[in-house]
Amino acid sequence: MRLSVLRRIGYMVLIPILAVFSALLLGAIIMWIFGDDPLAAYRGLWTGAFGSPRAWSTTIRKMTPLILTGLSVAVAFKAGLFNIGASGQFLIGSVCSVAVGVNFEGLPAFVHLPLALLAGVAGGVLWGFIPGALKVFTGAHEVIVTIMLNYVASLFAAWTVYAGGTQGQTPGPLWDRTAGAISRTPEVFMSARLPWIVPEPYRIHWGVAIALLVALIMWWILFKTTLGFSTRTVGANSKAARYAGINVRWITILTMMIAGGLAGLAGAIETLGLNHRFAPEFTGGVGFQGITVALLGQTNPIGVVLAAFLLGALEAGAARMQFDSGVAADIIQVIQALVLAFVAAPLIIRQIYRIRKPSDQVETTVFSTGWGR
Amino acid sequence: MSTSITPPVLEARNITKVFPGVIANEDVNLVLHKGEILALLGENGAGKSTLMNIIFGLYHPTHGEIFVNGKPVVMKSPRDAIALGIGMVHQHFQLVPVMTVTDNIMLGDESVKNGLLDRRAVAERIRALSRKYGLEVDPDAIVEDLPVGVRQRVEILKALYRNAKILILDEPTAVLTPQEIEGLFEVMETLRRQGESIIFITHKLKEVLRIADRIMVLRNGRVVGEADPRTATQQQLASMMVGREVILTVDKGPAHPGETVLEVEGLCATSDLGEPALRNISFQVRAGEILGVAGVQGNGQTELVEVITGLRRADAGHVRIKGVDMTNASPRRITHEGRSSHVPEDRHAYGMVDSYTVADNLVLNQYYLPPFAKGVTIQEAAIAAHARELVKKFDVRTPSIYTPGGSLSGGNQQKMVVAREFSRPIQLLIAAQPTRGIDVGSIEFIHNQIVAKRDEGVAVLLVSAELDEIMALSDRIAVMYKGEIIDVVDRADATREGLGLLMAGVKHEAVR
Repeated sequence: MRLSVLRRIGYMVLIPILAVFSALLLGAIIMWIFGDDPLAAYRGLWTGAFGSPRAWSTTIRKMTPLILTGLSVAVAFKAGLFNIGASGQFLIGSVCSVAVGVNFEGLPAFVHLPLALLAGVAGGVLWGFIPGALKVFTGAHEVIVTIMLNYVASLFAAWTVYAGGTQGQTPGPLWDRTAGAISRTPEVFMSARLPWIVPEPYRIHWGVAIALLVALIMWWILFKTTLGFSTRTVGANSKAARYAGINVRWITILTMMIAGGLAGLAGAIETLGLNHRFAPEFTGGVGFQGITVALLGQTNPIGVVLAAFLLGALEAGAARMQFDSGVAADIIQVIQALVLAFVAAPLIIRQIYRIRKPSDQVETTVFSTGWGR
Repeated sequence: MSTSITPPVLEARNITKVFPGVIANEDVNLVLHKGEILALLGENGAGKSTLMNIIFGLYHPTHGEIFVNGKPVVMKSPRDAIALGIGMVHQHFQLVPVMTVTDNIMLGDESVKNGLLDRRAVAERIRALSRKYGLEVDPDAIVEDLPVGVRQRVEILKALYRNAKILILDEPTAVLTPQEIEGLFEVMETLRRQGESIIFITHKLKEVLRIADRIMVLRNGRVVGEADPRTATQQQLASMMVGREVILTVDKGPAHPGETVLEVEGLCATSDLGEPALRNISFQVRAGEILGVAGVQGNGQTELVEVITGLRRADAGHVRIKGVDMTNASPRRITHEGRSSHVPEDRHAYGMVDSYTVADNLVLNQYYLPPFAKGVTIQEAAIAAHARELVKKFDVRTPSIYTPGGSLSGGNQQKMVVAREFSRPIQLLIAAQPTRGIDVGSIEFIHNQIVAKRDEGVAVLLVSAELDEIMALSDRIAVMYKGEIIDVVDRADATREGLGLLMAGVKHEAVR
């Protein structure tokens, strides 16, 4: 039994590793075609991600929100749901945490900070509840609804910080009155900020510890609790779940709420730990990267942490790569997209490297159950 | 015989196929003559499918040769097999439901005229083939509108359209009603008359004796013998398949019915298509008796079981378990509070999660109860211990309790479901098609388990499309027709002919 478990784990990590390898290789070929030096680029990338304590701290900083948005997408996948809405949930989480963070002056930190974090989670939960409930009660597909809600979230977030217009348009409720024509919130009070683990210039905040802890908790919930069993059963075979007496509707709504809460927490942590305010230029991009992280991590919370670390390193090294080698940092986006393509279509990887599926099939996750269900 | 003059259309010599750790076929020899129906009989996992996949070019044999019309051939893919005139009708149809019969048949072999699809020519050829072989099909019909029996004809036509002279039919009767099976046999007879050769894979003994010219029995990857359908008996064939004496009749004493456990009154429900599926159904099942529900598939049996088990809403009427109203209660309440078990008719859709381990499947509807859960945490040790015990007690053949349920053979999957449902204290058992698509050995085992439950005082509702199964197990028999229970008869008064008439909707006093 031990051996077969090892084999299965081996198979689970083989595809992601080969996917990353192939993406880097293809990225190198693209650079070479455009006359760039891929070796210099990757050397720069490595230096930027791991070459110094500063580089390491950047990698960790970039990894933190990706762990949580990756978990958000992964947890939904486990229940057979495709959460494309991590981006919107992230933004709502940011805005809600800022709303608490810039108010309630004088609250002690041990009340203010948890309250602000909780507000972010609550915002995300609400933003996940809407598609979950719409799916259960009206049959609206969560992919469509979450995409729509991303727009709603980003426009809503922009409105809350809107500076007002020259023709007398009302400013948004969270706008920083001292900012003149700039649309942004004030900085959150010190009592609502996540403290540094390693202060300036490294700027590693406690958010990374929270994210790792949450990943561990999600792993425990998914694989060690009855709720996790129910959730995975709904994802693996919703009919069998109904037969087994599981309330599929409730699990669907609950999973979307948890997924939303995780992305909302990512937004809150990014805001309270790093940016300390919200401005329209803070986009929910990490929400979309969460899809890549979840797939690369094979929808397993431990895998998600590893995948987030990898994507975080790519993000961290991009600037140094551009500086050292002159290759545009945008190539990193191309590589990430290739990684996503390869992990989403494992058949390509299996064909290229001639990998046979193990005879006893691994517990697979259904990535999409199609329309109209 | 004329074998010495014309070579056999197909011959496989000394075929051995080794998969890592398993010998699927060992030194198998097979000869198929022109205009012959060869039945390939064997339990699940006996190596029938592997052998056919080799002949159809899906697998390459480790050793051995294949000859078509006396010439040695090497097939790299099904494309080669098709070019050699070999056609295969798979158990699970390979049709596109939203396309027409014509489109499905020409798929992959499209006729083109001036760069456009020439549907008319194809349809014309399909009509000609239909006439020649007695395969009635409307080429313009959409496949998803067709009943299963007709879809199968489309599959056969697909092979004939590609000029197949050798047809492999993989468990073709598993999905058919008794009438459709008879229709299929007529088609097979016509094909034989027209000089087609057929390999008919099955594990249903009665069918083999009815249609085959020759019977070949496989067990554990080897040919254990041939039989002549004119002289062989079901008993002999079953023993050859299983490798030991098999009791085909169920040994059971008289029932001692107690108080009423399940009471259904005036039940009405709607099918998925929005049509009335159950019309005012009433019956009772008492402790210690088996009520068999007979009927041609699709007369409301599926919906009846779903409503009773809480998977489908009742529009009107009542379901009571031991006097407690369970109408439209949740499946969990019916299972738990109603102390009932349900062996669902579609085990892949409802009864199990293919990707879950055997251990997890064995607690699929009890994982939240002690000792499998303590508070919110799953107790893996208790689940494993439970699995080890049940795998042994119910003889579920699995490499390990951590093997995914989906990789077991059909019979073992069903034994796994039965193990789960029969191993807890219950007062009501609802078994729908409990032996569909599984091997003789497993059928015998499951039948004995059902009777044992009855003798423990459990009320059993047995729904089956197999009349033999109903006759063998039931104490009383209810016949469903178009959503109604047309009659309930005592087993002692029931005859096969009488039930057949009731299943066709003919009710008259002579039946009693």
